[in-house]
Amino acid sequence: MTTTAPRSAERAVDTPLTTVPRVGGVLPRWGTWAVLAAAAALVGGLLALVGFSISLFILATALLFGVAVYLWSRVIEGRRRAKDRLVTITVTGAFLLALAPLVSVVVTVLLKGLERFDPMFFTYSMSGILGPGGGAYHAIMGTLIITGLAAVMSIPIGLLAAIYLVEYGRGRLARAITFFVDVMTGIPSIVAGLFAVALFALFVGPGARLGIMGAIALSVLMVPVVVRATEEMLKIVPNELREASYALGVSKWRTIVKVVLPTAVAGIAAGITLAIARVIGETAPLLITVGLTTAVNLNPFAGRMATLPVFSYYSYASPGIPREAFVDRAWTAALVLIIIVLGLNLIARLIARVFAPKTR
Amino acid sequence: MASSIQATDLDIYYGSFLAVHDVTMTIKPQTVTALIGPSGCGKSTFLRAMNRMHEVIPGARVEGKLELDGTDLYGPGIDPVTVRRQIGMVFQRPNPFPTMSIYENVAAGLRLNSTRIAKGDMDVLVERSLRAANLWEEVKDRLGKPGAGMSGGQQQRLCIARAIAVRPDVLLMDEPCSALDPISTLAIEDLINELKNEYTIVIVTHNMQQAARVSDVTGFFNIEGTGKPGKLVEMDETKRMFSQPREKATEDYVSGRFG
Ligand SMILES: Nc1ncnc2c1ncn2[C@@H]1O[C@H](COP(=O)(O)OP(=O)(O)OP(=O)(O)O)[C@@H](O)[C@H]1O
Ligand SMILES: [Mg+2]
Repeated sequence: MTTTAPRSAERAVDTPLTTVPRVGGVLPRWGTWAVLAAAAALVGGLLALVGFSISLFILATALLFGVAVYLWSRVIEGRRRAKDRLVTITVTGAFLLALAPLVSVVVTVLLKGLERFDPMFFTYSMSGILGPGGGAYHAIMGTLIITGLAAVMSIPIGLLAAIYLVEYGRGRLARAITFFVDVMTGIPSIVAGLFAVALFALFVGPGARLGIMGAIALSVLMVPVVVRATEEMLKIVPNELREASYALGVSKWRTIVKVVLPTAVAGIAAGITLAIARVIGETAPLLITVGLTTAVNLNPFAGRMATLPVFSYYSYASPGIPREAFVDRAWTAALVLIIIVLGLNLIARLIARVFAPKTR
Repeated sequence: MASSIQATDLDIYYGSFLAVHDVTMTIKPQTVTALIGPSGCGKSTFLRAMNRMHEVIPGARVEGKLELDGTDLYGPGIDPVTVRRQIGMVFQRPNPFPTMSIYENVAAGLRLNSTRIAKGDMDVLVERSLRAANLWEEVKDRLGKPGAGMSGGQQQRLCIARAIAVRPDVLLMDEPCSALDPISTLAIEDLINELKNEYTIVIVTHNMQQAARVSDVTGFFNIEGTGKPGKLVEMDETKRMFSQPREKATEDYVSGRFG
């Protein structure tokens, strides 16, 4: 340690600018870790006397650590560096705090979900099963079919609406659409479900439960997300590219299809995948539009279907006997949902990487 | 190939703002015409009005007459898309398509229009365009690589190759060298000298030496003050514009005594 050097932060102000301010002392590289260890040991020791509590331990250690590092750095490195260290510690702490619930959720779902994460779960339905065993094949297929249908309906509508807004929209109509898209982004999902119920009450009569109803409810939720994501991506395509295309004598529509969309496709694909991930776990609208069955039904136009969120909900909310069998299946269904969402995110990244503009 | 352009009493607006007023100008075929003038006097605006790129901006419009070999470009029934195919444009900042390779960039004018063309013919066209833009030797081994991965000067020459691949009659260039180093600039100036044999070229530049070096005819635009429209003050042979201009304003500007 070179504590003999002048403290640079204060000194730098009044030294003439012609001389490079000399660097003051620096904490050793292991310094912060040593302080952290010392703080943890101290707090742990003190808590051992009065009774140990993990949350209190973490909180007190973090506080002591921050204060100690700040003071030490203040003495050796000067005020600016000390502040820098304090902010680094605070930001890192906030990050870890934000991460905690996420890690906790994943760990919990993994631990509880792995219980029934077996081949049977993916190959059997619940038809004729009253106790243990059975699976969620029917629910997995239902979720894939209904979400797929919702995506097939929402993506073209959302894409075209966004293209209209960015490339063509001017004046009142565009502003009205933007406004409604904003409103629809915040619409509670149960409202979308009720909308689908009311719509089908007109055509099929009241009390209908169909896969397609769920798909429509989900696409009501999905369209605004797709519009928003696509809109943002189209907006950041530089105008110069459009003009370059126009200047080659390319029409507007071809410019959009062949220049603007390919340039933005990575972001659009990622946005669409996230929109799918957003609706795939919706429970409330599916509960009232699709209902639940125990048997496999792959036809979204006839009769009730099972879906993972609803399956998980019912297994947990009204279990049979033995209770554990149902609760375990609920957790495994939740785990499968998380895995699907994870897979979607990976696909989005893959698409983004494949389509991203390259420079070499 | 090369065509002449005749502007008569051309007024160019952005909404209600008159940006360029009353320009009458003749651009002869197979010449290089330089447009000079202070910033904001409407050089770019005028240039963009010549291939109907101006109207891409909402509210922008043009009054007066603009003819390409006698055809009124703003006449009824004239499709701006076909006008732009005949009057190509190179922009201030190089803007190759980032999703396309060097080859695809040059082929873009035809490909984007879905013009049917045999692969062999396309290869010939791409090579000829790149040769014309003095870029062939540098890129012939990496035609499949992205155009965005080249140096700024190479990218600008790629944009020129892309513009001439659609075989326009006129080539408009808006400060094509302002983002380039002196060597790339020289390469592009040489290129302009060669291209002039086949094309009519109009170039906007802030660089007096460049205007003197490359152009046959120079037009000087000026503006009286902010909010006032830009006007064509004087247009003449470049030699004359730089040695004995008729207008005092021109003399002040070309000798650097402006403002
Ligand atoms: N998109 C636009 N909308 C409204 N006004 C514009 C627009 N583009 C340019 N103008 C205005 O038109 C006038 C002429 O601008 P223009 O870009 O043609 O100038 P210029 O001569 O090319 O300048 P520079 O040498 O800086 O490129 C300026 O007053 C400018 O503010
Ligand atoms: Mg300009």
